[in-house]
Amino acid sequence: MDFNQSTEDNLFDHARIIGKPHARIDGLLKVTGRAPYAYERHDVVANQLVGYPVCATIARGKITHMDASAARAAPGVAAVITTLELEPLARADSNVAHLFGGATVEHYHQAIAVVVAGTLEQARGAASLIDVRYEEAPGVFDLEDAWSRLQNTSEPIAHIGDVDAAFDAAPMTLDETYRTASQSHAMMEPHASIVDWSDGGQMTVWTSNQMIEWTRQALATTFDIDADRIRLESPYVGGGFGGKLWLRADAVLAALGSRETGRPVKVALPRPMIFNNATHRSGTIQRLRIAAGSDGKITAFDHSAISHTLPGGSGEDAVNQTRCFYAGENRRVAHHPIDMGLPESADMRAPGEASGLAVLEIAMDEMAEKLGMDPVAFRILNDTQVNPEEPSKPFTERHFVECLRKGADTFGWAKRNLKPGGQREGQWLIGHGMAGAYRGAPTMTSGARVRLQNGRLIVETDMTDIGTGSYTILSQTAAETMGMEMGDVEVRLGNSAYPTSSGSGGQFGATSATAGVYAACVALQAQIAKRLNVDEARFENGRVVAGQLDLALADVADGEEIVAEDTINFGDFKDELEIGTFGAHFVEVAVNAYTGETRVRRMLAVCDAGRILNPITARSQVIGGMTMGVGAALTEGMSVDTERGFFVNHDLAGYEVAVHADIPEQEVIFLDTTDAASSPLKAKGVGELGICGVAAAIGNAIYNATGVRIREYPMTLDRIIEQLPAA
Amino acid sequence: MKAFSYERVSDPAQAAARAAEVPGAKFIAGGTNLLDLMKHEIEIPQHLIDVGGTGLDDIAPTDEGGLRIGALVSNAALSADARVRKDYAVLSRALVSGASGQLRNKATTGGNLLQRTRCPYFYDTGMPCNKRSPGAGCAALGEGATTRQLGIIGTSDACIATHPSDMAVALRVLDAEVETVTPTGETRRLTLEEFYQLPGDTPEVENALEQGEMITAVVLPAPVEGRHVYYKVRDRASYAFALVSVALIQTPDGTGRVALGGVAPKPWRRDEADALLPQGASAVMERLLDGARPTQENAYKLTLAERTLAALLAQE
Repeated sequence: MDFNQSTEDNLFDHARIIGKPHARIDGLLKVTGRAPYAYERHDVVANQLVGYPVCATIARGKITHMDASAARAAPGVAAVITTLELEPLARADSNVAHLFGGATVEHYHQAIAVVVAGTLEQARGAASLIDVRYEEAPGVFDLEDAWSRLQNTSEPIAHIGDVDAAFDAAPMTLDETYRTASQSHAMMEPHASIVDWSDGGQMTVWTSNQMIEWTRQALATTFDIDADRIRLESPYVGGGFGGKLWLRADAVLAALGSRETGRPVKVALPRPMIFNNATHRSGTIQRLRIAAGSDGKITAFDHSAISHTLPGGSGEDAVNQTRCFYAGENRRVAHHPIDMGLPESADMRAPGEASGLAVLEIAMDEMAEKLGMDPVAFRILNDTQVNPEEPSKPFTERHFVECLRKGADTFGWAKRNLKPGGQREGQWLIGHGMAGAYRGAPTMTSGARVRLQNGRLIVETDMTDIGTGSYTILSQTAAETMGMEMGDVEVRLGNSAYPTSSGSGGQFGATSATAGVYAACVALQAQIAKRLNVDEARFENGRVVAGQLDLALADVADGEEIVAEDTINFGDFKDELEIGTFGAHFVEVAVNAYTGETRVRRMLAVCDAGRILNPITARSQVIGGMTMGVGAALTEGMSVDTERGFFVNHDLAGYEVAVHADIPEQEVIFLDTTDAASSPLKAKGVGELGICGVAAAIGNAIYNATGVRIREYPMTLDRIIEQLPAA
Repeated sequence: MKAFSYERVSDPAQAAARAAEVPGAKFIAGGTNLLDLMKHEIEIPQHLIDVGGTGLDDIAPTDEGGLRIGALVSNAALSADARVRKDYAVLSRALVSGASGQLRNKATTGGNLLQRTRCPYFYDTGMPCNKRSPGAGCAALGEGATTRQLGIIGTSDACIATHPSDMAVALRVLDAEVETVTPTGETRRLTLEEFYQLPGDTPEVENALEQGEMITAVVLPAPVEGRHVYYKVRDRASYAFALVSVALIQTPDGTGRVALGGVAPKPWRRDEADALLPQGASAVMERLLDGARPTQENAYKLTLAERTLAALLAQE
């Protein structure tokens, strides 16, 4: 199915199932421990061995010597494969560092060997017996040094109008520098794979991955084999957040171990290795200048940022949202990815947007204060309905102002204390803050197959459910389209034997994959109509109706199976439009007047994201983003050892994600909007919108509470306490 | 994890004797810290002596009007004991601020005292650490090191790690004593000040226990009158180690005692600083943290300790 123009009125505008709250259909399996996650798939193949990775303990250099003889002789060990025994494995396009092979160490905790044994402890016990010697190479690990050397040297990504003149002429300007931290996805389920490549022929991979086809192709590239020889299953994923978009060392090491031993091998990355072995969101340093007239209208933005990457990577592009979130005729944005020797930076939930809005939305707060304006009113004044860089490009649906108004109203924004440091309860200072949120709404080609079997519908697509609710919304989509009940639909996901979908990432999954399932269902309807020899048919109440004909779906095929497959292709008409999602976040914090500890007390998000397919799963997405935003604001930061070149706090004791006690009352309001240009379902994603702007709202609330403006994340108390007024 | 042998014992003296005689032996009780360290191969005992069956799980009154807490009493049971909650509230409060409910169910009184530091470089076996491998050097003292959580006083040129226990800080302010049995079957009593050792140039030695000597109990003296407070400052609201923690017992006349956690290789208290309590937080901390050698990253702990004590004194 081609989606080449905006949708007219269709069945989803009169939906029975889509848009209604449905508890996730895989919920019972998950809470009863019966959803099979990759590492626990003991039943899929017999005689599994366990592999344990060995990782480099230098940041850069060469391995000069590896002696694995003691490890090979250790109890239970079936094989040891060291990186020196292989040429560097080919690197898939999506990877920056090599995953295995060769003597070169590109980053700390790069995998350099795998020990395969009968049990985890045998493998782990033998792993430390490998003697490794290195020749260290110097590296660059300090983003601050790079900032002082390189700021203002990069070519702008966009330069519209005359920024310098606008700043010269402006009665009010802001010029501040901000820092965001490197962050780990810290998903609950580690990277884990079981690989059966026993005979060196067919490779079967049971894994935890967001993108089945990308990863299948990456495996084919890595091992230089035909992708058709590879089958991948990833039906349940215990969180990804972008950390499982790519092929990572777990699957590579398991494949090598399986080929070597002739048995299936499973490998999970131990948590303390994930932070440096796998990918992360790069930290940034950002300078943001805003110019405005005395009427509060923004005349110019100048946003430049740096982030770190291994050579060849792209870093964290924090300036992109500044290009078209707010009005203003002049703007210059520049992002400079700095080649550094730290581990591989890559996408993490709202890549670029989360870091950029964490800064832009503080700067907006600072600018509003300079202008003596309410920060909500300042944003409303500077709303735009067109892309300010290309005014001919309209936003299809942009209800940002409504988000702001609805949020302010619901939150009681007007009643807040206006004087920073002016509200106190006991030993705690109370503050309120808000921020805007903006994230694009991309769509990707997505396929699905549907099978009608005796009145039951089976949906097959390689789409993944990374905790997002894909099973549920795809079931809703199929049931709605076919006029069936959800109980008569079975959804099968995350398997390379199924048609290629969008996968889960970039907030495109829900929109794209539901459209793909819709396309497959429409193809099925056409087949049924053809079989019944009618031009047009209605599908309702589990029946097909056409003229005089009124037949139960169970009876249309005389016990045969009818199979239909289709792919949704999104046309380039979208290139002429700006399609985005918008939101407003409001938070209340308490900051201890003595210690500077910040505790969030209340959070509200108002979201404008087109048709909400399922308010329960969508709300879970948004509150998950808000929770991650609390972590980004207050605790989550990977500390760099700038001499040794690695992330030091590389476990969940040192890298503190929010715990239950950190998360207060959270409220989410979805505006009742649709976006006909987005998809046949008029839906857009919310998974990344939920984190956008949250950290800034908290930072702005801390300022309101204390009068201390923090421009560096995470806003831990050591960054506040020396500036706190006497308690 | 390296392979090890394992035995159960039923008598503390027998446990101590066995531990002295078997090379590379260690006691195990709750295992909440030791098992993690064994998995990381930071601890590599050759032999484990499970003392879980030694019956040391009573909390009993002493003739001096205090409490004798068996070494195997769980952190959960100790924090919930009615006598502790009433007469030693600082201890109860310290306990519940540590770890999680599940861990406190399993962790024991003796084991809590013996838990190892949470210095990230101690945990990373790829990094040099004098505590883990004496003489290897200390990555935390390196030029670009992350030291935000580490110690500011009582540290040395060999090690700047802190002791992570909350319970021990409360015990220190209560003048509790550690009771042990030696391999020859004798009983020893050590104050907490005597029990914990500063790193000096032997950071691998953390306490005064001899090879094989086993903690059998912690003895609390008669209740200390006054307001018992424990405040643990941390980055998130729960399940995190202290940046700074303050145990305070304050009598209505303004005198009292103070001990700090999160700043030193042991619970940090000085009698001379206690004496200054009536003069306020600034006077106390000037004395208590005199001689501090913070890093640039953790100098905030000086301000934080003072302001935290000020908060507690203002609470009345």
